[in-house]
Amino acid sequence: MMANIHFVVHDENDSVGVVVVEGVKAGQTLNGWIMDQDKDIQVKAMSDIPIGHKLAIRPLENGATVIKYGVDIGKTVAAVKVGEHTHVQNLRTKRW
Amino acid sequence: MDLAKASFWGYKRENGRVGVRNHVIILPVDDLSNAAAEAVANNIKGTLAIPHPYGRLQFGADLELHFRTLIGTGCNPNVAAVVVICIEDQWAKKVGEAIAATGKPVAYFGIEQHGDHDTILRASKKAKEFVQWASERRREERPLKDLWVSTKCGESDTTSGCGANPTVGNAFDKLYPHGVTLVFGETTELTGGEHLVAARCRTDAVRKKFQFMFDRYQAVVEAHKTSDLRDSQPTKGNIEGGLTTIEEKALGNIQKIGRKCMVDGVIDKAETPTGPGLWFMDSSSAAAEMLTLLGAAGFAVHFFPTGQGNVVGNPILPVIKLCANPRTVRTMSEHIDVDVSGLLRKEMNPDQAGDALLECMFRTANGRLTAAEALGHREFVLTRLYESA
Repeated sequence: MMANIHFVVHDENDSVGVVVVEGVKAGQTLNGWIMDQDKDIQVKAMSDIPIGHKLAIRPLENGATVIKYGVDIGKTVAAVKVGEHTHVQNLRTKRW
Repeated sequence: MDLAKASFWGYKRENGRVGVRNHVIILPVDDLSNAAAEAVANNIKGTLAIPHPYGRLQFGADLELHFRTLIGTGCNPNVAAVVVICIEDQWAKKVGEAIAATGKPVAYFGIEQHGDHDTILRASKKAKEFVQWASERRREERPLKDLWVSTKCGESDTTSGCGANPTVGNAFDKLYPHGVTLVFGETTELTGGEHLVAARCRTDAVRKKFQFMFDRYQAVVEAHKTSDLRDSQPTKGNIEGGLTTIEEKALGNIQKIGRKCMVDGVIDKAETPTGPGLWFMDSSSAAAEMLTLLGAAGFAVHFFPTGQGNVVGNPILPVIKLCANPRTVRTMSEHIDVDVSGLLRKEMNPDQAGDALLECMFRTANGRLTAAEALGHREFVLTRLYESA
């Protein structure tokens, strides 16, 4: 078992993971747990990221579809680098 | 957890339904009757007034929903007996007689031609009789299938989708094969995942009805929206907690129906399921509104996953809160019944989390008060479909 999980990912094909600890700072190396496949990954945080917020685990172009739970959760409205905070400033709904 | 021979201690009601609480409620039919209802509940200890702001000049489907919600609340097996108070005799009678069809003790009173004083006096005498009668009802051992369990989440964040909601899903998957009656809803909060729910519908007829309810609610959003709803759905709390889009919120929400159970039927707001299995209820996603509809549909115990810490309760439906966000569990511990934050540290697996929730469900059904009950959360919020006449 990996110690100190900093973020979790639902599915290995997802674009983003969820930070599950408080106080993540830019530059920190984060341990991730891909839950469905029970795999470990590491990502370097590019931003300070609050608990519960997402970080990109693969590079995303502007307008790219973002995948979480293996399903489309919206589109980017700016390019997003690996390890960057992914939230309302760069991700929007495709509905409504 | 082996549920094959599982049982709980509940109150078997006259119509065969089994409750886990023994409330005597004082039920106003309209806003004007709140004062009298609250006075009666103040006079007679152990009774519970359920005030609310509506009931005048509603019409059509909105009025039908109002009656269905109040009558359903009175019929809920967690309610032993009911005193109905209304400004007008005729509607007092309508609501009272519909609840009395369950066989439970009901009395109803109109205020006009009497005034508050005389109404409060007469209603208090009946309430005293009912509460003393109810105090002699005894719990009996009942099979698990007699328990009706609902779910709806609130102030969700991303930890809901990773931890608390899959815990409910695990528990639902375990309860489903034992003939328990289960329900979920929150129609707009399926947006982006509606295809996943449709794929889980038992038959084409169920799928068609689900799609009708889903499309009907989407039309309401389309007709009234002034933006992409980013100020409402996801809520400010959801966004603070890291949820970004409605699709993401929906996919987290859907974790609550597990991986195995099928959607056996679809009901409209506050309607009562007609058999065991998993039901979808068309409903608002607002916590107190949906809990009120679920109580009116006859559900006896509720699973409420939260991320950022929704504090909601209901007058008649015990609301069990579970949470996987370690910060919320630390800062709002008095509200949380089941801490599943260990899931996100790999200290607990989903099977263990589901069992922890089921253990809390049995203790709650057997009489242990939930955090929301102990803290006095009794939010009763009627869903309105449109303006009064």
